[in-house]
Amino acid sequence: MATKTQVIDIIHKVSAAIGENAQFLTDLDNAIGDGDHGINLARGFKKVEEELPAVADKDIGAILKKVGMTLVSTVGGASGPLYGTAFMKAGDAVKEKEEVTAEDFIAMLEAGIGGVQLRGKAEKGEKTMLDAMIPALDAMREAGTADAKAMLEAGLKAAKEGVEYTKTIIATKGRASYLGERSIGHQDPGASSFTVILETVANTV
Amino acid sequence: MKKIINAVDQVEEQMIEGLCKAYPQYVKRVGDTHTVARAKKKEGKVALISGGGSGHEPAHGGYVGEGMLDAAVAGAVFTSPTPDPILAGIKEIDAGKGVLMVIKNYTGDVMNFEMAGDMARDEGIEVDQVVVADDVAVDGSLYTVGRRGVAGTVFVHKIAGAKAEEGASLAEVKAVAEKVCENVRSMSMAITPCTVPAAGKPGFEIGEDEMEIGIGIHGEPGTHREKMQEADQIVDQLMTKILADLDFTGSEVAVMINGCGATPLMELFVVNNHVADVLKEKGITVYKTFVGEYMTSLEMEGFSISLLKLDDELKALLDAKADTPGFKVV
Repeated sequence: MATKTQVIDIIHKVSAAIGENAQFLTDLDNAIGDGDHGINLARGFKKVEEELPAVADKDIGAILKKVGMTLVSTVGGASGPLYGTAFMKAGDAVKEKEEVTAEDFIAMLEAGIGGVQLRGKAEKGEKTMLDAMIPALDAMREAGTADAKAMLEAGLKAAKEGVEYTKTIIATKGRASYLGERSIGHQDPGASSFTVILETVANTV
Repeated sequence: MKKIINAVDQVEEQMIEGLCKAYPQYVKRVGDTHTVARAKKKEGKVALISGGGSGHEPAHGGYVGEGMLDAAVAGAVFTSPTPDPILAGIKEIDAGKGVLMVIKNYTGDVMNFEMAGDMARDEGIEVDQVVVADDVAVDGSLYTVGRRGVAGTVFVHKIAGAKAEEGASLAEVKAVAEKVCENVRSMSMAITPCTVPAAGKPGFEIGEDEMEIGIGIHGEPGTHREKMQEADQIVDQLMTKILADLDFTGSEVAVMINGCGATPLMELFVVNNHVADVLKEKGITVYKTFVGEYMTSLEMEGFSISLLKLDDELKALLDAKADTPGFKVV
């Protein structure tokens, strides 16, 4: 699916996409959170870009781990530990690899979701990033790994539907939960940022 | 956006520098982090660390000093600090008797502090934590994250800080901190939003004749919006919710009327005037009252009421000496 060089390229593109969507994500967060999701993630990925050259000769697992640690150290809030843990766990799933296959990508996403659940103690249906991540994983598994591009597109479609789904439910995790029913009608910023990331991967591979 | 700042990305840095330059007798910076610690480390006591996003000044850096915190960590505005500066603070203040982290109950704060706590334990430092969740605006049972930690946190700093200063053990300091958490209730409202510098625009829009009830401390909207009312009516509404949540009947309380950042002190006294009357009517005795800015949300106009139910131990610790830039008991 992607060589190490391509993985690094994807990370750069993810960083750029987060930067471009920083205002959009922040606006979403303003509606139901504290209005900093895009700003914080953009700051973290900017730092990731600075750190990437230093680990470019390492394996993909180590590179992703570095991405995760950098996000933990620079993003703050809830998204820092969550995305940071997700990338670190994804890195664990592809230790010492120089290339990732479609199967590897599924394993990475599965490990990442495990990390988010462990750290955030959340389930599906609580209006969080998991509402995009878990459907994406399920759809990719269903699509199968024979055609990586088709698999990613199936995942992306499911993630987007997951974002739409978050508009219909009450948040029971994170700051949006304090709004109670007022959180209905708004899409979850975390589910949205995950979709931005997955879209970048799908468009690049 | 109109703010007295230099650059959006320098606000936290320059705030920390300004704090340290203002109060070098109290605080110093830990390395190049946005963590401040007591200027003079006190050995042989349990160390207390707290923190959170910036924008709540004087919380938390203003509470570093004798009888309160040993260190405070400032994240970006309204954003939990990352584990690294928290860990740096823990290592700086650890005096061999353990470190207690006082965390406000927000998803990000809890995660980042817990990660830092894990890292510190890996390095052999004894670390424990209390999570403050004093806001009665949201029904804790409905939402799995539980209630928010708001201005009542300052009472935790004060009382646990006094206990630590006496030389108590980590378990004892934690126990009294938890006692405060169990006995403190708060609720807030606002009439204007605030603008996070990096966001550049207000967190919400609100009409001239409207108010937000049940806000937190991050400029977010509250649980609901209502037509503006007179101060006494607003106080009645908040007090009803607070008093229904914990039985204060016949007890002595500490009262905190906290301004959200842009509320005239005059109005806070107007608020307290009625709070005191309501308490008297209910047979609740005011032991001590604090009126001022303790846990702000940038330039939000609004206030919170916190009530802490006291017993003899809590009274003695509340009265113990505290000497910090933002809170003094002499």
